[in-house]
Amino acid sequence: MRLFTIILQRLFYACALLLAVVVFSFVLLSLVPGDIAETIAGESGGASAEVMAEIRRSYGLDQPFYVQLLTYVGKVMQGDLGQSFYFNLPVADLILERVGPTLLLVVTALVLAILVGTLFGVIAAQKPNGMFSHFITILALVGFSAPVFWTAFLLIVLFVAMLEIMPLSGLVDPLTEKGTWLWYLDVAHHLFLPVLSLSTIYLAQYSRLARASMMDILGSDFIRTARAKGLGRRKVVYKHALRNAVIPVVTIAGLQFSHLFSGAVVIETVFTWPGLGTLAFESILRGDTPTIMGILFFSAMVVIVFNLLTDLAYRIIDPRIRMSRTA
Amino acid sequence: MAELEQTPAPQYLDVEPIRIEHPFVEFLKAYSRNYAAIAGFLVFLLIVASALLAPVLISGDPFDIVWTPFSPPGADGFILGTDALGRDLFVSIVYGSRATLAVGGAAAGLTIFIGLTIGALAGYYRGWVDEILMRVTEFFQVLPPLLLAMVLVSLFSPTLETVAIAIGVVSWTGVARLARAEFMRIRELEFVKAARSIGARDRRIIWRVILPNALPPLIVNAALTVGIAILFEAALSFLGLSDPNVMSWGKLIGDNRDFLLDYPWMVTFPGVAIFLTVLAMSLIGDGLNDAFNPKLRER
Repeated sequence: MRLFTIILQRLFYACALLLAVVVFSFVLLSLVPGDIAETIAGESGGASAEVMAEIRRSYGLDQPFYVQLLTYVGKVMQGDLGQSFYFNLPVADLILERVGPTLLLVVTALVLAILVGTLFGVIAAQKPNGMFSHFITILALVGFSAPVFWTAFLLIVLFVAMLEIMPLSGLVDPLTEKGTWLWYLDVAHHLFLPVLSLSTIYLAQYSRLARASMMDILGSDFIRTARAKGLGRRKVVYKHALRNAVIPVVTIAGLQFSHLFSGAVVIETVFTWPGLGTLAFESILRGDTPTIMGILFFSAMVVIVFNLLTDLAYRIIDPRIRMSRTA
Repeated sequence: MAELEQTPAPQYLDVEPIRIEHPFVEFLKAYSRNYAAIAGFLVFLLIVASALLAPVLISGDPFDIVWTPFSPPGADGFILGTDALGRDLFVSIVYGSRATLAVGGAAAGLTIFIGLTIGALAGYYRGWVDEILMRVTEFFQVLPPLLLAMVLVSLFSPTLETVAIAIGVVSWTGVARLARAEFMRIRELEFVKAARSIGARDRRIIWRVILPNALPPLIVNAALTVGIAILFEAALSFLGLSDPNVMSWGKLIGDNRDFLLDYPWMVTFPGVAIFLTVLAMSLIGDGLNDAFNPKLRER
């Protein structure tokens, strides 16, 4: 029952936040110097005064500002994110078309970073001053300091130019027939380098974090008790301690999701990955305001949903948080 | 309880006198024990010096076309070779450090200013002030920072100032949370109550009583903030969302990325420059952290 009220409360906050994002992005993008109608007309090669007036009328640009804002908010609530100036297609459709590749990239990178990072951390914590521990410290420093696009380029030089075993860019070879197992295999092949470049940063951070929290926990009373009552080392480490060591990793991963999304924008442009990141980048260059607003709204929504999920996830991992009202 | 009575009284006279040093001297000693941190500091000094002295040390403009393009490193007297336009890569990298450091530094300053102000007010006043400021913080955490920075830069003119402001506006949330936690902790301590009891105003308590005591974690964080701001600047200028008339490391990579497969050094070297600078900042951060928290050093 308590969990239920917490979820309701979170949902309410989430909706309020989303509303704020919609209003904010609309106001921000209305500050664009220059006439939006001219941008639209420019895409179709200039226009006379009558056509300009027609454009203003059909896009609602002749209305007072607050009417435009309220109209936009109302439309967003119904799932209508407006019409792209450049593609002349509904923004919602554009986004839905691109969201799959982005989520595939981001979620794979995140899951990989959490799993491998935690595993590295746990292994390192067994010997706090061993070789592997030092390796992780260095990996964390390097992972933090290397710009993500540079890591990607170095990996391209290694895997594409020198070893010649990885494709350079794109989601899939266009010649592969869609839906066959070869197609999935080819996507995985194309996914390898982007995921590797994106997850390196986070993997390094998480392994350091997991190492620290694991060392903390291995020194605590309940672990000593478990060992004293005769449980094997392996079982204590992987069953009792691991559960607790994962919590800070999940917490940080949840908080960093919006950063991961940022990284995806860069990685997608490097690998010409047909996702939201490339769409966002290209729309910004084109001045395609409705698409930019739509992507800001959509990415905020994904981050909020993801935060809700992590919140639930560590309530499941840690019963202590489950009982307390605030996390 | 019986054991307590049996413990011998402490022999104060036998205790050697402890030499007390100025906290700053102690801090310097602790910092200088960390070799990696010293190395980081030296690298940082070197980069700052080369940025400041660039016009004195090197004649010529980073945008000058001086030789045939794609000349490999070391050939024809160009240490790092030339890039796709025939510009001297070494000159470009030395000059590039100026924009990168200036924007990184200014953006980090703005990040800390906004974050510290919001965090201090939220942590000190609590209640509805805290509630509102934290909602604002959450709002900025939900928007992908790089995406928002890109939008900001493209909306306003792509100048170095805009880039620095955009980075500052999107990245202060972490500092705000840290400052808030510190202020909430310290405001409950005795000396803050003492200050209040002698009639100090809120303003004085925030900036003169609590802030100096909240500084250590904030200073450690500042080193990392500079590193992150530099990475941000690099990403924006790599994407072409920065001043096209100013050379910077990210721009250099962006300009030469199409020739990556055949001439990898043109992308590698500017990246090494970014990497080393940010690495230096994080080593400095680690060193500061160790020096401020002697207890952690055993780990």
